Parts: sequence; structure tokens; C-alpha cells
Amino acid sequence: MKLRQGTFSFLPDLTDAEIHTQVQYCIDNGWAVSVEYTDDPHPRNTYWEMWGHPMFDNPDAAAVVFEVNECRKQFGDYYIRVIAFDSSHGWESIKLSFIVNRPKDEPGFHVSREEVKGRSMRYSIKSYATNKPEGRRY
Amino acid sequence: MTKDSIPEEKKVVNKIDLHAELIETGVEQVLIDLDKSLIGLDPVKTRIRETAALLLVEKAREKLGLAHETPTLHMSFSGNPGTGKTTVALRMAELLHKLGYVRKGHLVTVTRDDLVGQYIGHTAPKTKEVLKKAMGGVLFIDEAYYLYRPENERDYGQEAIEILLQVMENNRDDLVVILAGYKNRMNTFFESNPGFRSRIAHHIEFPDYSTSELLDIGSAMLDQLNYCFTKSAKNAFTEYINLRKEQPHFANARSIRNALDRVRLRQANRLFKENDGPVDAEKLSTLEEVDIRESRVFSGGIDN
Repeated sequence: MKLRQGTFSFLPDLTDAEIHTQVQYCIDNGWAVSVEYTDDPHPRNTYWEMWGHPMFDNPDAAAVVFEVNECRKQFGDYYIRVIAFDSSHGWESIKLSFIVNRPKDEPGFHVSREEVKGRSMRYSIKSYATNKPEGRRY
Repeated sequence: MTKDSIPEEKKVVNKIDLHAELIETGVEQVLIDLDKSLIGLDPVKTRIRETAALLLVEKAREKLGLAHETPTLHMSFSGNPGTGKTTVALRMAELLHKLGYVRKGHLVTVTRDDLVGQYIGHTAPKTKEVLKKAMGGVLFIDEAYYLYRPENERDYGQEAIEILLQVMENNRDDLVVILAGYKNRMNTFFESNPGFRSRIAHHIEFPDYSTSELLDIGSAMLDQLNYCFTKSAKNAFTEYINLRKEQPHFANARSIRNALDRVRLRQANRLFKENDGPVDAEKLSTLEEVDIRESRVFSGGIDN
């Protein structure tokens, strides 16, 4: 099951040239772009591991594409995303986030149902991949 | 590529006016500015014109659907101190940007300190950070030979060199690296790092300025500051240049700038000493012969 998180996730995977164009748009808007990776695809897993520092002072997107490729070399079978942080007053949050790398095999999510008080149901999802310990999931 | 495989819209263009292209891209303007604002340096100017021509031709070939390959543009500038290496590097960045060869056209100037770390594992991230900052523009490494220190085999400079070489090769489209330094030491540097020599296509030498060129440079500097020489002062300054050139540590245009700074200092001092009533603009901006003659160079001393 293909993970649909962040912008562009219903499109085919972006090529490096397309990533470059998107990132350049972010940089031109003055957002700080950074690269993150994880092997836990749960939608509520908000904070991924940082790949290096956010790139505040690179005027060109080539640097980000370069870092994405460096990250792919080490974590080729992880999810990798690019996020753009807008530090301007009143926003101070992520303006754009999109996945640039995903594992070859994505097993998807298990929906578990729990009957609680009364006959109401409580649902939760869990990725099949997270049954294994961190680092051995994909 | 066979003729049939050329896409339809590309067949429409079959003639390109190179001169129109030259003006349209704004390259012509940069070249004219270069000619006007830089005195002397003829071999350098020729080389820059050649490079610009090559890039324009490559662009035209691309438009016509001919086989083309973006040339490697890493450069090495070697010459004595004060011959304009940094100034030319700045112009080069602008030029390459206008030609569409680098996307942003900014110049990142670094020295050994910015590339080499202080402890194990510090160098690689530091160098990469600098390289990333320079992507889309030009990376100018001043006094590049300091990167390599043969006397210390555990020096981290070698690590920086390896990363530089790797990025220069793999990210050729993303940045242009310019190495600069004094001629003899650059030669030694290239001899001990053959990988560098072969990855740099353009070795440009900056010649020393002649006396008349130095005088022109001096006058241009004064012009900018709204100062001028009297006729006798000009002669004295020519004499000064001739004497100074023979002394050690002569740094071409930089020495001229320093000398002029000192002349202005003496002029200011003289104006106070004379103390003959209010001064006008002309008096404030005229440098007299005595201001120059007072220099230590005339009595056999050394100026910096």
C-alpha cells in the first residue's frame, strides 16, 4: 500500500528534477528546507529523524537534492521527506512537506477494533512494518 | 542522433544569430564593463571572451539539436598578489550566470579555515556545508595551496581535497570551482595533487601590471574618491611606483591602494599644519607632490 502523506502524495513519485523545482520554490519564498527520514510510517508520527541541519543559507536547490541523495545512500529503504519551514511571524510552521523516497515494499496498515464501554468501538491503526524493531523494518 | 529523431519544434529553428544572442543575454554588457573597469590583464580578458564564446556556441548548438556537452568550467587563477584575481572571479560569476551556466550566480569566497576542520570527522561536514552553499554559483578558494600541507601527514586538508574533487566531478552542473593563489605555490600544489590539475580545464595566469597600468589604476582609484593629483604629484607618483616595484613584498594594485591611503593621510596632516584660513573643495581634493615625496620609499625605506 503506497503511503499517502504530505503534498504530491497522490502523484507518481517525483523525479530529482521535479524535487529541485519544488525546493527552489520553497527557497525563493524564504523557507528553511530540511531533509528527514523514518521507518515508522504511522500518520501520527510527526517528528522524523533529521538528516543534518535545516539548510537556512543555501540559495540553490541543488544542495537539497544533493542531501536527499546522500540520505538515500544510507537510508534507501526508509521514508525520506523534504520539509519547508516558514519562520515568518504568525506562521512559524511547516508550509510544505513531501515524501521523496519510500521503501520498495510497503506492507500497509492493520486496523484493530476494540470494543469498549457500552457497545461503542475504538479503532486504531498500526503499520505491519512496525512489528519488527527499529532499523529492521524494511 | 539521426535527423528523424529531432523533435518537430526544434526543426523550426535552423538559424541563430550569435551576435543577437550575445546582446540579448546581457553578456556583451558584462564583457564591455570588464574591458572598461579592469586595466591591463589582456590574457585574462581574452580567455574570458573565449569562454563566453564557447558557452554561447554550445547554447546555440543545443537549440539546433546538435550534439552538445556542457564543458567543465573549473578554473585556476594564478598570479602575484594584487593582480585582480578576486575581482575577476566576481565578474566571472556574473558572466556565467548571464550565460545560464550557473543558476544563481553568487560567489562564495573561502579559504582553508572554512573548509578544514579542527578534529577528526569535522572536515567532511564543514567542506560539504560550504559546497552546498556555493551550489548554483561559484566557489572561490583563495590561496588554495594551503589546503595541502605535506609537512604534516595527519593534516585534514587532504580530506577536504578529496571531497572537493568528488563534488567537482559529480556535481559539475551545480557549481563552478575557482582556485586562486600565487603562481609558484599553485604549481607545487598541482604537482602534489595531480587529480586537481586534470579536473581543472582553465588555467589562467594573471600577469604583473606595468608602471603605466599601475598609474592608471591609481588614478581610477582616486577618481572614485574624488581626489586628484597635481601634475608634479603625478610624476612623483610614477617615480614612486618604479621604486616601489623593485622592493620586496610588492603587491601590485593593493600596494597602490595602500600607498594612496598614506598619501591622503599626509595630505590631511599638511592641511592642518599649513593652517592658512578656510579650505575649499579643490584644496581638500588635491594631492600635492610633497605628500608623495615624504614617503619612506624615496629615502630607501620600505612601504607595505
